[in-house]
This record gives sequence, C-alpha cells and structure tokens, in this order.
Amino acid sequence: MICQECNQRPAALHFTKILNGEKAEFHLCDKCAQEKGDMFMLGGAPGFSIHNLLAGLLNIEPTFQKTKQDPFQQEEILQCVKCSMTFQQFIKVGRFGCAHCYQAFEEQLIPILKRLHSGNSAHNGKIPTRIGGSIHLRKNIEELKQKLKESIAKEEFERAAEIRDEIRLLDSKLKAKDEGGE
Amino acid sequence: MSLERFINQAVSSWMSADGPDSDIILSSRIRLARNIKQYKFPTLFTNDEAKSVIHMIKKKVEEKSFSTLGNLELLLMDELQPLQKRVLMEKHLISPHLAENSSHGACVLSENEELSIMINEEDHIRIQCLFPGFQLSEALNIANEIDDWLEKEIDYAFDEKVGYLTSCPTNVGTGLRASVMVHLPGLVLTQQMNRIIPAINQLGLVVRGIYGEGSEALGNIFQVSNQITLGKSEKDIVEDLKSVVSQLISQERSAREALAKTSNIQLEDRVFRSYGILSNCRIIESKEAARCLSDVRLGIDMQYLKNISKNILNELMILTQPGFLQQYAGGPLRPHERDIRRASLIRERMKMENEEIGG
Repeated sequence: MICQECNQRPAALHFTKILNGEKAEFHLCDKCAQEKGDMFMLGGAPGFSIHNLLAGLLNIEPTFQKTKQDPFQQEEILQCVKCSMTFQQFIKVGRFGCAHCYQAFEEQLIPILKRLHSGNSAHNGKIPTRIGGSIHLRKNIEELKQKLKESIAKEEFERAAEIRDEIRLLDSKLKAKDEGGE
Repeated sequence: MSLERFINQAVSSWMSADGPDSDIILSSRIRLARNIKQYKFPTLFTNDEAKSVIHMIKKKVEEKSFSTLGNLELLLMDELQPLQKRVLMEKHLISPHLAENSSHGACVLSENEELSIMINEEDHIRIQCLFPGFQLSEALNIANEIDDWLEKEIDYAFDEKVGYLTSCPTNVGTGLRASVMVHLPGLVLTQQMNRIIPAINQLGLVVRGIYGEGSEALGNIFQVSNQITLGKSEKDIVEDLKSVVSQLISQERSAREALAKTSNIQLEDRVFRSYGILSNCRIIESKEAARCLSDVRLGIDMQYLKNISKNILNELMILTQPGFLQQYAGGPLRPHERDIRRASLIRERMKMENEEIGG
C-alpha cells in the first residue's frame, strides 16, 4: 500500500477513525506521519512510552478533520459498557479499564496492535488449560466449517458429508462441555 | 551484623554465578502478565476488588509449597517499610511501580527468591522467574508451571483472538517478557555496542542499560528483551531471544580475545588498577564502583585475577545501591555518607576474598 499523503513511499502507519459511525482509514508512510506531528519516535528514543504513541495517534486527528467539517456533528463517544472507560481516556492513560475494553474498542484497537506488535493482531501462543478446552473445540469446528464450504464448492459431496458428521460430533461435545459448567 | 551474614541474607540465588554461560549472562528472567476475568484492571478497580485479588492469591499460596522453589510467602506492600520495599526493588524482585504507586500491592516470594509474583501492579498478576546464567527455557517452564497452578481456580481474562488480556496493549497476547542481563565489557571497550544495539532493535528486541539513567549502561551491564508479545508463541519468543543472545555471547567472546591479543598489558593494567581502587577506596560513587566492578569481573573471566569469586560483580552491583547501603548501615544516609559506606562495604567484601585465599 502506498502512502496517501506523498503517494511515493509505502504506508507504514494504518489508522482508522470512526466518527458518527462513519469509518475513515488513513495510510501513511513514516515520514509523512512524522510531519503530521513528531510523535512516532520509535526505535528506542529515550523516554518513549506507549502513552506517547497512543496520544500521538490521537493528536493526528485534527489534521485529518480539516477536510470534513460539520459544526453540527458531534463525535460519538466510544465507551466500554462494563467499566465505563472511554476510548479517549484509554488513549490518555494507555491502559485499559477491564477485560471487556478489548471488545468495546476492538475496531480501533487492531491497527494499534499491529503497530505495536510488528503487524500481528492475533494470539498464537498458550491457551489456558481449564477454560481453553472449549476454545480448542470451537477452533476445530471453525476450521471444519471452512473445509465443508470448500468441498461443497468443489462438489465433493461424500467428503462434505464426512465433515458434516465430524462437525456434529464436536458440536455435541462442545454443548456437553458448556452445560457441564466447565 | 557482620558483613558476611548480611551478604548471605541479602543474596538471592539468581545472583550466584553458577548458571550456563555465566561469564557473560548474569541472569535470565521470564515474566507472565495475567488478569482475573471478573475484576476491573488495576487502573480502575475498586478497593474491594483489589482486596479480593490478594485474597484469591493468598488462599492459593497457603495451600501449597513447591518442591523446587520451597515455601511461598506473601508480603503486603502497605505493611512494609519504604526501605524494605526499596531493597526488594534493588534485588529486582518487585518493580518500582509496585513499591511506590500501587494501591493494595502485594508480592509472593519463594524461599530462594527465584519466583516472585507481583499482585495488583499494572496487571492483577505478574509471575516472574529469575534464574542465574543463561536459562530462559528453564525459567519459562517454571513460570508456566506456576501459571497452570493459578489457573486451576482463577478465571483468567483471555480472548480467543488476542490471547491473555493485559492492562497495557503492549503486553497482550502471551503476556510474556523474556529478558537476559548481560555483561558486555569487551563489546563496549572495542566500541561495538553503538553498532550492535540498532541491529538488535531491528529484530524486534530491546537493549538497554539496567543500571544508570538514559542510554548509559553502568557496569557494562545491559538487558536484552523481547518487544513483541502478540502473534508469536511463547516458545518462539524465547527461542528468538536465545538465538540473538547466543550471537551476542560469541561476539563478546571474540572481542575479549581480540583485546587480549592487541592490548594485553593495557587491559591487565586496567583490571589491576580497578582492583586496587576497590580494595583501597575510602569514598566511591556508584558510577566509579560499577566501572571498577566490571573491570574486575572481566579480569576474573579472563584469568588475570585468580581465586576471586565471580559473584562479586552481581552481588556488589546490587548491594551497593542506596537501599541496601542504608539497610546495612541501619538507618538513612545522605548521598555523601553513602559513598563512604559503599567504599567500606566494597573494601570489606574484597578483604573477605583475600582471607578465603589465605585461609
């Protein structure tokens, strides 16, 4: 992807903004992002912290807003229903209020996670053993469902029937687990 | 209290120099960040929630001791004197944040101090394992064991997509920070660190001095750790760090060999001068002490100095910090008094070595 400011360099910063349910995406290269405000001092600058970065992501907003100004538009307040932390607050302190914040700010969070973790936004490590059992099952079911679609598309109906039976088996296991209060 | 007893009580097992590659790697550390599902994170939690977190861990700790780690003890931050907290901090058993800012902070320590669980720091639970030498995988195994044991009765905040949920998005996923403390006098003396640090940063790892402020690394001691916690498995994170650190070790070794070849007498002079300062000083600042300790340790590793225990660097870097000096003195000290105390502690410690050689 090319930077939308200079149309020259590859975009390194991906930033999504949601205003009144309207989604806007920005893709900038490091240089242009820096010119937008010298907040992206990555690479071990002394005193750099996540808070600067998050605050930086927020500071970048006004420059983009210029293109679309509507005095009657009020910014929708994004808030976690469990702990009432707002997205603005999160940006300021750089810390979430509770586990539910991850869901509440999910859409805003993905580009931030990618930025922080070299482009990764999905967990690929340990799964807790006790609560993890059903997660393993559900992951398997998802994969099988995908395979089922593929075999139907390829008109391999015998294979599809086998996969369907497997899914049923896992589904019943999952139900038993959930009902068993695990 | 005699110095010997003071040191015996103050030294944790990770400060010994018995671990693998301990001529360069002083210690290995694994940290896992975990939160409890039903409570708000420490930034916002109520006092009652904070107390419940402590209560939950306390119950677990009382029921069990680990064969490898010994008994576990729970310490409440509110019940400790500022100096006691400072000492725990200087031993790297708790963070400055837990010591100073946390409300209802606590920590669980194992007898040998290889395990420390910080409670109500930035996250509800932070499991830390600290081992001497290059033992990252071993530390990860113990940390995982503790993690599984806690998870038996505690519902962790976990999400299928992004993994273990943490207060700060920089820790989400595995919640794992793996780090090693490395002594790199060869690479510093041959002025290669400025080239190496950016190279390591590009690999998604962070290098910083752990003593001293800003970019200076007191005592030529650096910490190398992973930056990314999301998207890689725990094993891969540790393996990646291990492979980079292994290269650092071999570079440091060849730098030392090159130094011995090209400037043998200068190096020997430097080592013995520093040895002289440490054995005879009457006033010494922490900066000078760190530099001399690093020289002496290098001298031991390169066999200019014989019959001196390698622990001296690890031990004295910890014991000559302000908190320990004041604990040894039995009361508060002004900076100038500290420098005098530091000198006398180091001198006595050096004398202990000589007595051991003589006896």
